[in-house]
Amino acid sequence: MNNHYNVIVIGGGAAGLTAGIYLSRAKLSTLILNEGTVGGQMVLTHEIANYPGIESISGYQLARNMKAQAQKFGSVIKSNLKITAMDLRNELKQITVNGNETYTSNAVIIATGGKSRTIGVPGEEELKGKGISYCATCDGDFFQDKEIIVVGGGNSALEEAVSLTKYAAKVTIVHQFDHFQAFEHYVEEAKNNSKIDFVMESKIVEFIGNEKLTSVKVQDIKTGIVEERMIDGVFIFIGYVPNTEKLEGVIELNQWKEIVVDKNMAANVTGVYAAGDSIAKRYRQVTTAVADGTIAALSAADYINEPTLKNHDPY
Amino acid sequence: MLHTNLTHVLTEQEHKQLLQENENVMICCGRMGPMCIPVYEVMEEIENEYKNVKFADMEFDSPDAKVIRNLPECRSFQGLPFVVYYKNGQVVKATSSIQNKEQVTTILDANFVKQN
Repeated sequence: MNNHYNVIVIGGGAAGLTAGIYLSRAKLSTLILNEGTVGGQMVLTHEIANYPGIESISGYQLARNMKAQAQKFGSVIKSNLKITAMDLRNELKQITVNGNETYTSNAVIIATGGKSRTIGVPGEEELKGKGISYCATCDGDFFQDKEIIVVGGGNSALEEAVSLTKYAAKVTIVHQFDHFQAFEHYVEEAKNNSKIDFVMESKIVEFIGNEKLTSVKVQDIKTGIVEERMIDGVFIFIGYVPNTEKLEGVIELNQWKEIVVDKNMAANVTGVYAAGDSIAKRYRQVTTAVADGTIAALSAADYINEPTLKNHDPY
Repeated sequence: MLHTNLTHVLTEQEHKQLLQENENVMICCGRMGPMCIPVYEVMEEIENEYKNVKFADMEFDSPDAKVIRNLPECRSFQGLPFVVYYKNGQVVKATSSIQNKEQVTTILDANFVKQN
């Protein structure tokens, strides 16, 4: 079996699939290695209503379309695998999956995306799906007429808190700061909803329950006082962390563990590019991931066609 | 019906038959939602690898899915999908909410002897 490709794309979300579409359409042999589900964070979005040219589509369907498009042009996609080793220093890049399959390429695009941030306190892992959720559209109806907490202060937290009032009798938003990071219209909508109240400058320090969640311990950050609250459910929306654990010491990451790239999406190692939610940037949208993937693919194609350019920008 | 390539269990009778005809069964009971789709994909991915296990799905909102929704093993579940593993018709493990490939295969390896 030929395990060499022109480009290996690590990650099969919006950025990775877009890179695959551009690369394979340019007749470069392309392998997309994906550790999770193809589509990444996009699949977790119930409805995408701001993707230009498409009035409304589920994240799942958009991911399926992108995957089919990449495969139609010739990208090979392998998903649900584990990357166990990577050596990106030399001209010939080498990536090993599942401990025993090694693939080589001339260039690599890293599009590993991000994952929902967890609070990381006792009880969270054990009670996931038993009162703790990260998806309002999936699990909201389990909390009909119940009392729940939403953790977070960004757009997702405020938007989902309002949507959860369709089911819950009462929603309490617990946020660590004295103000919200969400857009003002989300904040206004939440403040105007009689089912929602707010516990600011506070954080959950423990989830309690045997078979299911029964209470949480909430700490007032200013005073340090911890109070136990009886609760039926907790929805957590506290942002994302980049999937870059395996890249530490391989390429340059910033203090938030995001990949540092230049305007051509080139990382600090020759022949290595990055795109999507795992790179250092302000806005994380499907559209920005698609743009990053496009730029990374075109840059990688330029590099392969004219390696003497290395990562130097002729423009 | 769920849009997956798995065997679809549509009725209580089909559920019963599936358990009678297969020693090891994994059923993912969910919707076409963000937490469920990754689990279906894992099941589709490993279906050929685990020939000793019958993989199937069941639509959570169908009335007949009560055979899973009402299982004592699922009574504390509040997150989709409900995934139930059966051996000789008996529940040996059940999980709630999203699971990755590693979590699924760990359960399969622990409960079902893999054929070579």
